[in-house]
Amino acid sequence: MDLIASHITHRFGDLAVLDDVSFTVGAGEVVAIVGPSGCGKSTLLSILGGLLQPTSGAPELRGAPPADSLNPLTFVFQDFALLPWATVEENVEFPLLHTKLSAAQRRALVEDALRRTGLTDFRQTYPKQLSGGMRQRVGISRALAVRPAILLMDEPLSALDSQTRELLLEDFIRLLADGGMGAVYVTHNLEEAARLADRIVVLSRRPGRIREVVPVPMTRAERGKAAAREKLLALQNQIWSLIRNEAIDAEREVQHA
Amino acid sequence: MLDRAATGTAAKDEPTRRVHFRGAGFVPASSRYGGWIALGFVIAIWQAAGSAGLVNALFLPTPSAIVRAIYQLAVSGALWQHVSASLLRIGVGWLLGTAAGIAVGFAIGLSRLARSVGITFISALFPIPKIALLPLLILWLGIGEEPKIATIALGVFFSTAISVYSGVDAVPRNLIRMAQSFNVPFATIVRKVIWPGALPAILAGFRITASVALLLVVSAEMIGAQYGIGAFVLQAGNLMQTDQLLAGVVILSVFGLVVGKVIGWLEMRLLHWR
Repeated sequence: MDLIASHITHRFGDLAVLDDVSFTVGAGEVVAIVGPSGCGKSTLLSILGGLLQPTSGAPELRGAPPADSLNPLTFVFQDFALLPWATVEENVEFPLLHTKLSAAQRRALVEDALRRTGLTDFRQTYPKQLSGGMRQRVGISRALAVRPAILLMDEPLSALDSQTRELLLEDFIRLLADGGMGAVYVTHNLEEAARLADRIVVLSRRPGRIREVVPVPMTRAERGKAAAREKLLALQNQIWSLIRNEAIDAEREVQHA
Repeated sequence: MLDRAATGTAAKDEPTRRVHFRGAGFVPASSRYGGWIALGFVIAIWQAAGSAGLVNALFLPTPSAIVRAIYQLAVSGALWQHVSASLLRIGVGWLLGTAAGIAVGFAIGLSRLARSVGITFISALFPIPKIALLPLLILWLGIGEEPKIATIALGVFFSTAISVYSGVDAVPRNLIRMAQSFNVPFATIVRKVIWPGALPAILAGFRITASVALLLVVSAEMIGAQYGIGAFVLQAGNLMQTDQLLAGVVILSVFGLVVGKVIGWLEMRLLHWR
């Protein structure tokens, strides 16, 4: 199943946020979206996932989702969006409750999702008892439980400290390794983009337009090796040079609201 | 030679001095028994002053006299007659007002139409002291239990509706969007996200409505009732039976305490995740 951004334009009142953004995410492909802050990255992701109606243009799907997928487009949120009154297990089961699955089938999916994120021993704990990194693992586990075709990840690591971020990044690389799942990964962190993505969509400052789509010419496994370090850094510098001036402008801008 | 005083440099052999601690205070922690000891102390002084004849028993009977009055009321069966009459009114009135308040509060929290209509009406009617409506309600409903129960229900209704819709408004929007992103249907979102999210505010509202109900039952019974704690306190006052009067007041206080404890217990059970 492909996810296509087709001429997406969005305005919040008088404020133009996105301007004619088009790109395609192929099956199993990981596309990162980077750009200066306030360029509409998160807005774009909300539109792609059907949580926000664009002013014009539309997100489109091509081809059928995998047969076992319960929610082909599944979000992982920056703030985790966990139900604080539910245990880890209940949070992971939450998106399955309204489906036609039997209790046993639900349990099996929850079990599998918990195991893949290393949460099996934490099933009975509540979100507030967990560290930020573990909370986001619950968010990822919940996303895995519904067998997504494409993960829509909205700055999933930006609420975490740098060590936790590194650990979760390694988890993402592992989860996306077999190509069974694609992802749109919104981030302001160029290293995350360079290490995860097959292609990096660079947006301009508001209103966000596509400035460039930068392919990452390495497999994710290769990127983990020491030899790839230089190349990844060069790539990050290349992208940074694309957005640096605009990032400065964005930072100095006085907020409207 | 450097001028040490001007540059603020120190020689290694100068004596050190401790940084003065200035972070004390502003963290009041209540000790476990402090409050009870203070309460016992006040009661003891009260009793001693009464027994020594320093206070006229007509104006302020001693604690022991009040306890005796309560005991006599209990033995004669009058206590139960009054308490049960009040409890029935509070119970029915509170339940009706709470049920209606929760329904309307949710409607206002979830629907645009209900919000625009409901908030206008509530803002207009909430400030009315509900006891002022009792004569009108008597006119409408007769002189039985109904007008008293209706007064309590009205008082409880407005507070509940307000605390419920504020509670619904306070449910984090990101949780609702999360549920929508998993195609969770509306009814499940209400049941599994909005209800538990609003529950802390709803239970906090119960504390307020319990005291509103108590206030209104006493007022309504003072205006017109044969039985009930309010009626009893008023009669005792008219007959200058101060020990009986204060017995009624103590029973009201105990009732308030018990309700507070029950709500506290509910909060512990239902909101343990906090």
